Amino acid sequence: MPGFAFFIAEDQTSVTSAEPLVEISGLHFSYDQKPVLAGIDMVFPRGKLIAIMGGSGCGKTTLLRLIGGQLSPSSGAVRVSGQEVHKMGQSGLYALRRRMGMLFQFGALFTDISVFDNVAFALREHTDLPEELIRDLVLMKLNAVGLRGACDLMPNELSGGMARRVALARAIALDPMLMMYDEPFTGLDPISLGVIGQLIRRLNDALGATSVMVTHDIQETMLIVDYIYFMSAGRVVAEGTPDEIRASTDPFVHQFVHAEADGPVRFHYPAPDLEQSLLGAASGGRA
Amino acid sequence: MNRLKAILTALGHGITERLWRLGFAARFFFLLLVHSGQTFSRPRLLLREIWFSGVLSLVIILVSGLFVGLVLGLQGYETLQRYGSSEALGILVALSLVRELGPVVAALLFASRAGSAVTAEIGLMKATEQLKAMDMMAVNPIARVVAPRFWGGVISMPLLAALFSAVGVFGGYLIGVVFIGVDEGSFWSQMQASVDFRTDIMNGIIKSFVFGIAVALIAVFEGYDSIPTAEGVSRAITRTVVTSALAILALDFVLTSFMFRGL
Repeated sequence: MPGFAFFIAEDQTSVTSAEPLVEISGLHFSYDQKPVLAGIDMVFPRGKLIAIMGGSGCGKTTLLRLIGGQLSPSSGAVRVSGQEVHKMGQSGLYALRRRMGMLFQFGALFTDISVFDNVAFALREHTDLPEELIRDLVLMKLNAVGLRGACDLMPNELSGGMARRVALARAIALDPMLMMYDEPFTGLDPISLGVIGQLIRRLNDALGATSVMVTHDIQETMLIVDYIYFMSAGRVVAEGTPDEIRASTDPFVHQFVHAEADGPVRFHYPAPDLEQSLLGAASGGRA
Repeated sequence: MNRLKAILTALGHGITERLWRLGFAARFFFLLLVHSGQTFSRPRLLLREIWFSGVLSLVIILVSGLFVGLVLGLQGYETLQRYGSSEALGILVALSLVRELGPVVAALLFASRAGSAVTAEIGLMKATEQLKAMDMMAVNPIARVVAPRFWGGVISMPLLAALFSAVGVFGGYLIGVVFIGVDEGSFWSQMQASVDFRTDIMNGIIKSFVFGIAVALIAVFEGYDSIPTAEGVSRAITRTVVTSALAILALDFVLTSFMFRGL
């Protein structure tokens, strides 16, 4: 990709450090007394691109929110760069988040300001850089996602794929050490999907960052990531490199990779026996 | 017996839920005040909100003020001339506007024009995850989004109420003096002699300031606390307008009973 220039902050150059960037241990989380995560252990080594996969509603997005400190676990710990996320105060957490970038499922661009101002947002909020320098940085970030020409557009003038790329440029504005992607492929056409996938990989390597991606798009993910965790019902049920996953005989992984309707993940939402439900309805069982 | 129990349970549930919400609102107000520093250290944020809440409400406020003044002029003259004191029209128009109608009607209009817009904007920002995104970018949404909108409303409200009263007095003048022919000199001089700066004008300003706080707080809280769906946001907007209107009228009664006791 031509013109792929980045401004890498000093603290991010030590990616060779052996210590993993993110360590998750024994993480439990419940929402309204309903367990969502039931004992998650994960390690994200520095410089890698990691995917967390699983069906909808298995707690993947919740896990990202926990890593970013937007939710608190009922037990267990998340350590990012050696610091325990949920033992920090607001200012400590904000200091950590300045070094994290997050791409939301539908971009979450600020709709009242232009593409340029969206990307410039964090730079203006957190730095005292002069406007000319901010302009150069923003154009570099937009160039990296191929949308330098769209800098004057408003978010409502963008297509879904473009909005996702602008959001990506905004997320990398402060050269994060940890990038988090929440369903980056949802609702994209095949071309945009491939573009985003390649960008995620290239940005990770160019920034010297560590990336974690929550997704259920198995084909695209297998092409770009270094390691995959499979989650189901709030637990890690399988993990490995893409090659190991392809060779896996685990029934869950098999079902997921081959997109089979029924398997360890049931087709039916838990319900009483069909016959019983129908008979119950006939005798006025439903109020 | 069972039915009574069910009714009481529902009632208790409803009351505790409202109390919880009131508690949330109080905590939210406290957080808002704590995070208000940025609003004043970055005047551009505040000016933008004063523009949106105040300047863009000007048309509805000025036009309504004029019509209220015109009606006051007509009705006031109609009543006063029966007692042969139509020169007192100036006092009647000015006192009604400055003490009551200016702050109250301007606040009601402000709640439906600017308050609903603020609730919708914050609610939609929440529904589209913009607030979460901001929080993940280490920018506090209460400091960056909520506080400037709150203070923008609080600052705009007394100014709008004052303009409303001024235009209303002009409307009264138009009807009374220009169209009906009440003596111009007595219209203005009686008004000048009877409207007291401290008891009438200052109290009116205090009222509009209190209404401004109430409306702005209700608007930002309903937006921030809305359920992040299309339906949730639309309900939040309705609640803003309804709660603001009730709060304005109730506060008006309380403030009036303190301010004009024994006058």
